[in-house]
Amino acid sequence: MTNHISTQIRQIARELLESKTVKCVIGYKKGTIPMREQICFARSPEQADELIWSGFCVLNQSKFLIGVEEPTAIVAQGCVTRNIIGLIRENRVKRENVHILGINSPGMLDHRKIAAKFPGREIKELWEHEDKIIASGKGFKETFPRKLFKRDNCYTCTHRNPVIYDQMIGEAGPETGGGNIDNTASPWEKKDYDQRWKIFTETFKDCIRCYACRDACPLCYCRECFVDSARPQWCGKTVEEADVHTFHILRAFHCAGRCTDCGACESACPVGIKMRRLTSKIEKDIRKMYGYSPGLKLDARLPLTEFSLNDPEGFIG
Amino acid sequence: MSDKSFQPKILAFLCKWCSYAAADLAGVNRLSYPPNITAIKIPCTGKMNPEYIIQAFRQGADGVWISGCHPGTCHYTSGNLIARRRFAVFKNLLEYIGIEPQRVRLSWVGSSEAHRFQEIAQDIVDSITEIGPARKMVKNIIPQSYQGVRKI
Ligand code: SF4
Ligand code: SF4
Repeated sequence: MTNHISTQIRQIARELLESKTVKCVIGYKKGTIPMREQICFARSPEQADELIWSGFCVLNQSKFLIGVEEPTAIVAQGCVTRNIIGLIRENRVKRENVHILGINSPGMLDHRKIAAKFPGREIKELWEHEDKIIASGKGFKETFPRKLFKRDNCYTCTHRNPVIYDQMIGEAGPETGGGNIDNTASPWEKKDYDQRWKIFTETFKDCIRCYACRDACPLCYCRECFVDSARPQWCGKTVEEADVHTFHILRAFHCAGRCTDCGACESACPVGIKMRRLTSKIEKDIRKMYGYSPGLKLDARLPLTEFSLNDPEGFIG
Repeated sequence: MSDKSFQPKILAFLCKWCSYAAADLAGVNRLSYPPNITAIKIPCTGKMNPEYIIQAFRQGADGVWISGCHPGTCHYTSGNLIARRRFAVFKNLLEYIGIEPQRVRLSWVGSSEAHRFQEIAQDIVDSITEIGPARKMVKNIIPQSYQGVRKI
């Protein structure tokens, strides 16, 4: 599966670069260690050969379109195209500068789940073959099914096929991951306030405030983030609970009505914090209250910049 | 909480075109409302930032009250309607992580509604006194685990 799509990406990228249709192709390349693919900027036909497609293309490269002034092609699966629409809508990206190479995502893999299968052993090499993963390392080689090791957000994905594209790579595939996105938030919703606070604290207690989640997110493009602002200082610099909570509550809220549940934040986190717990609650509320899902239409107004006279207001008073 | 001596600290962010004027009017009319409320004048509820709420809790407030003009009467046409959406989502998020819903209150109080201002103020103070102090978001310079040691 993987290989012939990689070949196709390389070939198309090569053509686009040789014909000078685009200046750069943004895609993925092999990481320095297994299961950690990196973002690749191919600027010459030779560099196009570095491009690959695998189950670990978990970062959201739409972030790198922000501010590009020259024609750029981008390899984009469903969630990435949704973020591109968001960025065009927020005037960060010009549609005419982007050449979208749409691609169906088979559901990306979670390197942490796979590593957890081999405690104390290091995976040196890993291949994907159809719906199987083959991992090998010192003294072992094992085959296991792909579908048990996907990222959480890929199970509940609703748009695996690109929402917009200029050119399609490979075939369109199934549109959904099969899971129910509302369930991400429901375990907390059933609890009482003190228990919720307890699991909330528990979920975020290991955060080291490295801001990888913010830096990976295509929505976080402010010149000055609220966490970096010194005057007023919204959030202290420590890893003390109140500061970590402030950071995560506000980070999630700043993504309200814009987050496409691409999961780049969770994939980028070095300690495995599940911050989608917060963003998916907001996503669900906005969908239920205002009937809006982000990144589906180029002319849709963002839900929190808009209003309707009969918005729910049961909480007021 | 059964602590009778507990006096909640409540920050009220009041729109200067309506609720702040209502608070003034309540004063002029000699309507008394609990002194636990500290009024802060904001230009419009649309200017109210969720960061302010978090900041209030971090610094030890027990509740936050945001009050603006009734829908359709905003001085800037739609500031309160935007705020309505924003705080519907934000309040849900805070509730979701375990901040009691009573601690963040939104209301519409027009500039002539001094009585309504008084009633809501009393209600907020009562409901927060009942659930006790807010300690969840407070920024501790000294981590909780060391505090016992300091007390002796
Ligand atoms: S908050 Fe996370 S899931 Fe949402 S768009 Fe940003 S990186 Fe993607
Ligand atoms: S990436 Fe993880 S550790 Fe880093 S700030 Fe985000 S949640 Fe915290």
